[in-house]
Formats: sequence, C-alpha cells, structure tokens
Amino acid sequence: MELHTIEKLVEKYFSGETSIAEEKQLKEYFSSPDVAPHLEQYRAIFGYFKQAKQEQFTKTVPLQPRKRSYVAWISVAASVAVLSGTLYFMNQLSEQPNLNQDLGTFESPEVAFQETQKALQMVSENVNEGVKSIDYINEYNQTTKTIFK
Amino acid sequence: MNQQEFVNLISPFKDKLFRMAKRLLVSTEEAEDATQEVLVKLWKNNNVLSNYSSVEAFAMTMTKNYCLDQLKSKRASNLQIVHNNYSDRTASVQKQIEDKDSWDWVEKIMETLPEQQRLILQMRDVEEYEFAEIAKIMEMSETAVRVALSRARKEIREQLVKKHNYGITYN
Repeated sequence: MELHTIEKLVEKYFSGETSIAEEKQLKEYFSSPDVAPHLEQYRAIFGYFKQAKQEQFTKTVPLQPRKRSYVAWISVAASVAVLSGTLYFMNQLSEQPNLNQDLGTFESPEVAFQETQKALQMVSENVNEGVKSIDYINEYNQTTKTIFK
Repeated sequence: MNQQEFVNLISPFKDKLFRMAKRLLVSTEEAEDATQEVLVKLWKNNNVLSNYSSVEAFAMTMTKNYCLDQLKSKRASNLQIVHNNYSDRTASVQKQIEDKDSWDWVEKIMETLPEQQRLILQMRDVEEYEFAEIAKIMEMSETAVRVALSRARKEIREQLVKKHNYGITYN
C-alpha cells in the first residue's frame, strides 16, 4: 500500500475519524513485516489490538437457577405426596380396629349392672385362687419364728 | 427460550463481554466472575430478551455497569484488585519477545486511562464496533464518543513515544 495514504490514515486515526474499514487497513499494514521506520512506533498499538481480540472466555456459564426451581417444585410435590399418603394410611389404620373392638352394649342399666357384677365376681374368684397358692409363705414365717425366738 | 437457544444466542459475544470486563477489572479471574454474573442475569431475564433489538448491546451495557459497580465497591472498601496475568515469556524468539513487550506496554498504558476512554477504545479498536453502537452502550452522544476515542488514542501514542525515546522499562 502507498506510504502516503497510510500516513494520512494514521493522522485520521488519531483524530478519531477513521471508519472501521480504514482501521482494518491500518491493522493489516502494521501486521505486515515491512513497516516504514518512522511508523514503526505505532506497530505496537495495532499489534496489541489485534492480539487483544484473541482472548476468550473459557469458563462455563452456570445456568442453574431455572433447573434449581424445577427441582424445588419436585421436592414440594414429593413431600405433599408423602404427607397425604401417611395421613390416608393412618386414617385407615385407626378406623379398622374401631370396627373390630365394638363389643356391643346393654339396653337397660339393670342388666348392665348385673353383667358388671358377674364380671367382677369372676375376677375376684380368680384373684382369691391365686392368693391361696401363696399361703405357704405364712407357713414359712411361722417355722422361722419357732427357731429364732 | 431453552438453555440451548440461550447458549447459541450468547456465544457470538460472550468473549467480547469477557474482554470488556477484563479491560476494566484487569484481573482475569475477576473478569471471568463478572462475565458469569452478567450471563446468569441475562438467563434469568431471558423471557424479556426478545424485547431488546440488540441483545449484544444490552449485554455490553450490563457488563459495563456491573464492572463499574465492582470497581466502585472495591475502591470504597479500599481493596485493590490483585492480578498476575503477566505470563513469563521464556524460550521465545527475540522478535516475539520485543513484540509482546511492547504489547504489554500498550496494555499498561490503557490501564492508566480513565474508564470511559478504556471502554471506548476496547469497543472500537479491539471489537470494531460502529460509533452508533458504542454511543448506545455508553449512553453518550456519537460526537462525545469520537472525542473521547481521539483523546485516548493520542494519549497512548504519547506515552508510547515517551517510552521509546527514553528507553524506560515499565514494571
């Protein structure tokens, strides 16, 4: 390229009047091996700009937020399911024994009284029977008394 | 918009966001975090993205604002962003070393520029945006963009010439 035009372009460049195309021309010129000696000082500028464009963003972008809210909703749904499941199960459990333990009832209080008495009688008889079998302890006490008087 | 569509949408310009973030924040790690943050924000708002004529310009504006906020809070808490991006250049050809060296100079000179000029320079000379686009992203008029750009370019030239003339090495 003609040196004259390059000089003009450089001048325009520093006053901020070059177009993108002209700046590309300059970059091209200054990256070529034969730059005029008096323009050598500008080589670093254009070389740097060209090199600065090579740098890349290598880090991965964590696009988590959306996924995270999705997971959060799944956990909410799961906990609701578990809760309602256990509630239903508990209800079923507490209802079934009620049906089986229904032992009936008496119509008149008198009959109820008699039945209760009968039941208590039976209990006391059984208790007495049990008490009889520990009478021998008294026997034991008596014998020790006769020895250690 | 599903995840795949979103990735396809951002892939043409995600590097540009990163480079712009790095221009402002200097540290690669900080810039990566900032880019990630901006992209996640975009993803969260992806149902309204279709309302924007240019998602790229919108994303660039978001990145710019996010990074400026970052810088502001860092300064307020008196913290400096620590960076060690300057790789060592062993076993390289002499010429390449020289080139890289002067590129590092340009980079360091750019770091000394005001944030606004840095951004405009980044978008124009690195990403090759049109003035209208830059004006939109920066929320400035086109003339103001041109003026700032010219100032930034001249400042770089001045600093660079100084270094060449005095042979000062920059650390």
